[in-house]
Amino acid sequence: MSGQSSGCGFLMSVVVHGDSALNEQENELNQQLRRLYPAVNELETPLPRSWSPKDKFSYIGLSQNNLRVHYKGHGKTPKDAASVRATHPIPAACWDKHSYGYHGDDGHSFCSSGTGQPYGPTFTTGDVIGCCVNLINNTCFYTKNGHSLVCDLTNHLSIFVCPQPNLYPTVGLQTPGEVVDANFGQHPFVFDIEDYMREWRTKIQAQIDRFPIGDREGEWQSMIQKMVASYLVHHSYCATAEAFAKSTDQAVHEELASIKNRQKIQKLVLSGRMGEAIETTQQLYPSLLESNPNLLFMLKVRQFIEMVNGTDSEVRCLGGRSPKSQDSYTGSPRPFSSPRHKASGSQAYLTGFDGGCCNGVMSSKAHPSPHSHKPCPPGPALLAPAAELSSLNGSHSLQQPNASTDVDMEVDHFTNGVTESSSNGFFNGTSKHGAQTEDCDTDMEVESAQSKRQLCGGSQAAIERMIHFGRELQSMSEHLRRECGKNSVNKKMLKDAFSLLAYSDPWTSPVGYQLDSIQREPVCSTLNSAILETHNLPKQPPLAQAVGQAAQCLSIMAHSGSGSCAFAAVDDYLH
Amino acid sequence: MACLLEAPLRISVLSEVTATSRHYVDRLFHPDPQKVLQGVIDMKNAVIGNNKQKANLIVLGAVPRLLYLLQQGLSSSELKTEVLGSELRTEVLGSELRTEVLGSELRTEGAVVLRTEVLGSELRTEGVVVLGSELRTECVVLLGSELRTEGAVVLRTECVVVLGSLAMGTENNIKSLVDCHIIPALLQGLVCPDLIFIEACLRCLRTVFISPVTPVQLLYTDPTVIPHLMSLLSRSPRTQDYITQIFSHCCKTPEHQTVLFNHGAIQNIAPMLISLSYKVRMQALKCFSVLAYENTQVSMTLVNVLVDGDLLSQVFVRMLQRDLPIEMQLTAAKCLTYMCRAGAIRTDDRCIVLKTLPCLVRMCSKERLLEERVEGAETLAYLMEPDVELQRIASVTDHLVAMLADYFKYPSSVSAITDIKRLDHDLKHAHELRQAAFKLYASLGSNDEDIRKKITETENMMDRIVSGLSESSIKVRLAAVRCLHSLSRSVQQLRTSFHDHAVWKPLMKLLQNAPDEVLVMASSTLCNLLLEFSPSKEPILESGVVELLCSLTQSDSPALRVNGIWALMNMAFQADQKVKGEIVRALGTEQLFRLLSDPDTNVLMKTLGLLRNLLSTRPHIDQIMSSHGKQIMQAVTLILEGEHSIEVKEQTLCILANIADGNTAKELIMTNDDILQKIKYYMGHSNAKLQLAATFCISNLIWNEEGSEADAMTGCQERQDKLRELGFVDILHKLTQALDPNLCERAKTAMQHYLA
Repeated sequence: MSGQSSGCGFLMSVVVHGDSALNEQENELNQQLRRLYPAVNELETPLPRSWSPKDKFSYIGLSQNNLRVHYKGHGKTPKDAASVRATHPIPAACWDKHSYGYHGDDGHSFCSSGTGQPYGPTFTTGDVIGCCVNLINNTCFYTKNGHSLVCDLTNHLSIFVCPQPNLYPTVGLQTPGEVVDANFGQHPFVFDIEDYMREWRTKIQAQIDRFPIGDREGEWQSMIQKMVASYLVHHSYCATAEAFAKSTDQAVHEELASIKNRQKIQKLVLSGRMGEAIETTQQLYPSLLESNPNLLFMLKVRQFIEMVNGTDSEVRCLGGRSPKSQDSYTGSPRPFSSPRHKASGSQAYLTGFDGGCCNGVMSSKAHPSPHSHKPCPPGPALLAPAAELSSLNGSHSLQQPNASTDVDMEVDHFTNGVTESSSNGFFNGTSKHGAQTEDCDTDMEVESAQSKRQLCGGSQAAIERMIHFGRELQSMSEHLRRECGKNSVNKKMLKDAFSLLAYSDPWTSPVGYQLDSIQREPVCSTLNSAILETHNLPKQPPLAQAVGQAAQCLSIMAHSGSGSCAFAAVDDYLH
Repeated sequence: MACLLEAPLRISVLSEVTATSRHYVDRLFHPDPQKVLQGVIDMKNAVIGNNKQKANLIVLGAVPRLLYLLQQGLSSSELKTEVLGSELRTEVLGSELRTEVLGSELRTEGAVVLRTEVLGSELRTEGVVVLGSELRTECVVLLGSELRTEGAVVLRTECVVVLGSLAMGTENNIKSLVDCHIIPALLQGLVCPDLIFIEACLRCLRTVFISPVTPVQLLYTDPTVIPHLMSLLSRSPRTQDYITQIFSHCCKTPEHQTVLFNHGAIQNIAPMLISLSYKVRMQALKCFSVLAYENTQVSMTLVNVLVDGDLLSQVFVRMLQRDLPIEMQLTAAKCLTYMCRAGAIRTDDRCIVLKTLPCLVRMCSKERLLEERVEGAETLAYLMEPDVELQRIASVTDHLVAMLADYFKYPSSVSAITDIKRLDHDLKHAHELRQAAFKLYASLGSNDEDIRKKITETENMMDRIVSGLSESSIKVRLAAVRCLHSLSRSVQQLRTSFHDHAVWKPLMKLLQNAPDEVLVMASSTLCNLLLEFSPSKEPILESGVVELLCSLTQSDSPALRVNGIWALMNMAFQADQKVKGEIVRALGTEQLFRLLSDPDTNVLMKTLGLLRNLLSTRPHIDQIMSSHGKQIMQAVTLILEGEHSIEVKEQTLCILANIADGNTAKELIMTNDDILQKIKYYMGHSNAKLQLAATFCISNLIWNEEGSEADAMTGCQERQDKLRELGFVDILHKLTQALDPNLCERAKTAMQHYLA
């Protein structure tokens, strides 16, 4: 059983003979528990929310959603005492060894033994008793009517977390007719637990801030600069990388041309033009896809999806639109463009670490969590995302009520102010180098006037092309299986992609998420990493690795019961 | 030169050093103002962080010269005309420059233009200085409307900066500066419109005023100063910071509080509590804590003040948050405590019970710095002193009683070995910690018997008090005796731990030649130790305490007179003849009767109590009345005729009742018609207590003792006859119908004796 990771562990309070209403909304409770246990994943380690109808003595009766305990025994001898414990541990407990208690009749505390020591005041009917387990310093204390009974003088109340230290909230009763109401966070606690948590959060953060870097002068700074530079190069922000390297006096370990090539490919992927992206990759890195059939397969599947989406160049030209329509920002104003944006010379912005970057750390998810898309701090040219990039989805959302959910979701991960209109998820662009390359323009050409989302852009020819491509894909998949054996990832990928065709409106279907432009990012990142690997460059930038490592450390801490991780989220340090 | 050469040994050293410093001072006398300015700037750079240099310059007379330059600039308008030709030019240039500065990045150029074209040699540096220090906005102001006096402003500002630097040195430096009348000069400087100059003056004033050697009163001598400071509060965060610091340090008496209050301190400072600057918030908070301390008027006003829509108490509560700096939590808790003690916040208010009190208990924890623990404990003691419920809550919160035991462990044995610095630090705070702990124990135990028990059961508690009573630090002795006094209210403790630890011994010792405040506490404790059931009473009596107590009754302090006579009263309770005789002898009838006309009612009450205790058993009554009967009867008459409270009169009637209980003493009443008329009057009084006491008296007079001698019987008959003649029987008869059951009962018993 793994340990829990909340900073303050469990806190519950019991009201003896209280009669509070107990029909709180589940949602509210969830939110409250999240605040109380910042780092706990309830899927892994559920929190105690009520008394367990199984783990109780027969003298105990439960009511009020298993939150009220009443005693049904006669209570004549200590043998008649009965107890009940919560559904889940904080983690750890049992009755005698490794259990801790506070008795109302004498105010004594009991720690891992049957004999009590004087601890606090006695308590009785009407009193509210709380218990707080602090998994940072491994202590526990009780509260009475909102007043804490912390004892910092001796160790006799300390809990030394053993390898399997699951503590269950438990109450025991021995008086006939006695009733105890429990509050596992359903109601605000009388004791100001938030304030207590604030103090510990500050303590932990001060500890982190004060952590000695302790090396020779300047080394720390130059290391950070290196990390930033490598990050910029990795994601092909060439202009920014160049400027940064120059101002910090560093060498760039990759040729500029190479960076630009990667940049070009990434841009194609991210604008949904997979066919061109594959073609360009094959031109520039002839052996890459040949030696890496799974990668090629993934790209092709993505191409298929983009065909359905109507964005791939192969279907777009069939859809009666010029793939190279140069409508763009060089002269004619676009509906959503901002003048400020044009005035500034180079634009590079990013949304941070996509799923691929972090995949050493995070298991890949269908929907990347919003937190993995924080704007990245450094770099002089990192300005706000441009408004016009949103035109595609932005215009859709006007007509398709369903699409608004997409927008909402994506807005979450853009935190830098221009979010209201930037919903394309399109993040990689030194695109404003004007007429530098033709390709650079193309990412901007998406028609904002497109009125309705239609399969393959609405063209019959395009649909046929897509169907044909799908067949090719199917045979490629079969071929792959023969060559390399079964691959469940590939199989699922293909199945999901084909499922899009099963719905009249694929965008609103359960598999519609694949059409979301944000799904281009992991593909783009995987391809980028593969290219870098062929050049013997790291497939992940050290910056992302460091962040991933920190996150992983925290999760290991959480699993090993080190409570302080609750107050040290990586996000807190990514401003 | 106040600090000139304290020790002869230093002369030679000084003369060497001063030689090198002299040129700094000499340059201040140069005819060229430009050179003077440069001299001041060089001096500024020379004294920064150099205490020796500061002292040298003071010795060499730099201060009067700097003050001269400072005041010269303030009064002279010559400079204006000298430097700038005409008003018109100034304005044009001023506005021209302003646009330049604001509009573009030609900042430096603006200065250059200013320097070469407009301003004479004196202002050249100014332009550079101002612009160099990036004070863009100030620069605009400066160059706009105040261009005229600029040259002077720079020199003056630099002078003040040097003076401020000198003040940062030793206390002797401050003394010298104050002796040179720096304060009025700087206060005068505050009328100048230039903000940078004002800030420099305030900074220097702040440094001078926060020093313990500066007489606080200097802030209040000129009545225009405080209102002007109030008006400067809105100028900048710096003026807010400095002015509130000055207020906080100069507000020492209720009069000071009132002056600041009357000039709108609360309204002016309250908005600063939500300033963006932590410093400003903190200083404002400190200022409020000083203003509210034991001040009902301020506290009552504070509770109604709104800051940005929130009540001030809510703002203070937010400042108690556990993630904020300790200094802020502690000071906010002080503010709330003072408001509570002044009656502005109820003691059962959530913000006291659930916020302020727990915060103060946390301040006592081992995690806090020693200074914080001292302040926390003292404030907490003050908060809960009058409220038993708060005492009960505090006594269980975070094991406070046990936590305080740690206050006595400094310097710890660990610190002595490992770290000399730490030992020094511990030693410095050891006294403060002990006295704070004693104070808090005293407050905790002042009402609740269970808490007292808990305190006395804390490890070595009684030993600690006993040794605290004889510590060298007066503060510790006082706090220890307060603690002992608080615990002495417990009958159980008096009977057990007090006796076991012979606390009376150090207490008696403490009573010899102690200052009044210690004497008050010690004698008050002694009163409790002299209670009849206290086993310490005997040994105290044997130690010859009577003389000491009698001398206390002659003190100028009413509290000491009360305690002296109170102790004697307790001593006389059920005492034997010998003790009573000793008391009467030592006190002397003259003093006894002086106390009966004491202006303090408490003294009078306890003196009457003493008399009553002296006049207890029959032989004692007869003996004392035979020797002092005349005076006592006189005193009793006087009090019954005077304007006194019901309690005093009741007590006096009880004395009469005791006298009436004597065998021979009875006659002193029976033969005194005046007194009998008075008793009659009080039997018909509207107050039942007085009626009862008077009836008691009569009842004793008509009492016929069973088995007593026949002649006594005759006496009894005579008395009864006389009293009947005087109409007492009718009154008694009426009283048998009284509503008060006690009175009714007493009257009936008396009537029965008549019938017998």
